[in-house]
Amino acid sequence: MEIVELRHVSHSFGKQSVLQNISLTIQRGRIFGLLGPSGSGKTTLVKTIVGTLTPEAGEVVVLDTRMPSLQTMESIGYMAQSDALYHELTAKENLAFFAAIYGVPKKQVAGRIDEVLEDVGLQDSKHKIVQGFSGGMKRRLSLAAALIHRPELLILDEPTVGIDPLLRNKIWDRFADLKRRGTTVIVTTHVMDEAERCDKLGLLRGGNIIAHGSPQALKRDTGTDSIEKAFLKYGREEA
Amino acid sequence: MKIKAIVVRIIRQFIRDKRSLALMIVAPLLILTLTWLVLDQESYQPKLAVEGAPAPLKAAVQDSMLEIVEVEDPGQALADSEIDALLEADGQYIHVTIDNSKPNQAEAVKMGLQEALASRSDRQVPDISVEFLYEDNAETTFDYTGPVLIGFFAFFFVFLVGGISFLRERSQGTLERLFATPLKGWEIILGYISGFGLFAVIQSFIVALYAVYVLGVPLNGSLWLVILVTMLLSLSALTLGILLSSFARNEFQLMQFIPLVIVPQAFFSGMFNLDNAADWVAYLEYFMPISYGADALKEIMIKGNGLADIQVDLYVVLGFSLLCYLLNLGTLKAYRK
Repeated sequence: MEIVELRHVSHSFGKQSVLQNISLTIQRGRIFGLLGPSGSGKTTLVKTIVGTLTPEAGEVVVLDTRMPSLQTMESIGYMAQSDALYHELTAKENLAFFAAIYGVPKKQVAGRIDEVLEDVGLQDSKHKIVQGFSGGMKRRLSLAAALIHRPELLILDEPTVGIDPLLRNKIWDRFADLKRRGTTVIVTTHVMDEAERCDKLGLLRGGNIIAHGSPQALKRDTGTDSIEKAFLKYGREEA
Repeated sequence: MKIKAIVVRIIRQFIRDKRSLALMIVAPLLILTLTWLVLDQESYQPKLAVEGAPAPLKAAVQDSMLEIVEVEDPGQALADSEIDALLEADGQYIHVTIDNSKPNQAEAVKMGLQEALASRSDRQVPDISVEFLYEDNAETTFDYTGPVLIGFFAFFFVFLVGGISFLRERSQGTLERLFATPLKGWEIILGYISGFGLFAVIQSFIVALYAVYVLGVPLNGSLWLVILVTMLLSLSALTLGILLSSFARNEFQLMQFIPLVIVPQAFFSGMFNLDNAADWVAYLEYFMPISYGADALKEIMIKGNGLADIQVDLYVVLGFSLLCYLLNLGTLKAYRK
């Protein structure tokens, strides 16, 4: 069963075309990776799914509702590329704010905050002000904020940039946990070993999906032994 | 309550941001004090030379706010601005020459003389002639500057702090993050206005109380009305600041709106007399929200008028805020796409 469906989505900023007639379906309960170099349109594509950007042409349907829809947004957790945090507040206060915005019942808020902080390994920094956080800590807190309302669909734009390999591994283990609980995860990345951990991949280049399928299928189709090589091969065919 | 969450967040942020807090509350007091020190001439004791006056007159003058000084050549001293006025008495006739190159001093001398002559024990009313030393009569009273300044600084600092913090919301990506939540545009703006509004109310209280009780700005009407007007002005400043912040890419660009938007308002706020200005210049006043707020403050503080006399002003300021609020919703909607 699909949770996200894009139909002939195109978008441009001024004269520059960023998305070109993209059609894509994403199945429920999977980890879907969007792989592509910077400037390939990953963030723009993700924003149309989140609902912060309405494409010029085509339509995006999430959970059977056409986006943008404020109601559907309640079921989406989003982690943007920039850490959208309030620097004057503590980690706990930031999370409490997002919990209230998403309508998490008051009695559950305290428990949820502890839960998501533990998920991202920030329990010790609960009462610290974000101003003093390192880049990696801010990324993790952003991720925690995206998890606070237990969304059905989690959309993460480059979630592991600036996070050390050990913690990155932990966070990906967490994605696997979420998947087991039935959460769908859409993640953009340009790191190849992260791509290997996705169930399905979409290869994005110049605003086009040049290939999609499971990592194994993509490698098999191209007769290569790594996603990186597969990507290059598809890129060459396209050109 | 989602709006409450925004309000709580803004209050927390603002309390931690001590400098902005100080800018909004301490800076108006500081500048108000400085301006007042510069403009307020009430405490100045005008110097006066007296020639040929009988002792009772001299005594009466000395008891007033005027100071009698002895100079060798009173005419020259007056020309050199060493003294502010020269009083020559000849029997029943009193002739006063006033240095009117400094408007407030001339005003003070006249007031002082009136006081002195009224307090004289002998009931004889002298024949007084007053002459100004200079032809150009630059007589301006600064009595009405105080109320205007209260309104102006409340407006200016709320505009600055509100505009910059909303701009930061844009530049640090938190506004876009909020767009990915179920929050509606009006909830965001209303939350912002309420959160900052609280500080604007506190600011209004402190500035108005300080101006009246510390600086001694005349208050003939109700203090509550003064605070009400200041609050409404702050509200218009806040909505305007949020609106203009969407046309600025960074803090510096927002600063560029100050000479374009705020400074002209100072000219038309009533601080400067526009009676002799060309008609079209005077009409510009109608487009400046501060001029309505300042007018209302003058009505209350100087004339001692009540709500009935200022309600039109209040409606205009409120209408201006409402207009900015609606425009904010519009830009937010456009930005969201």
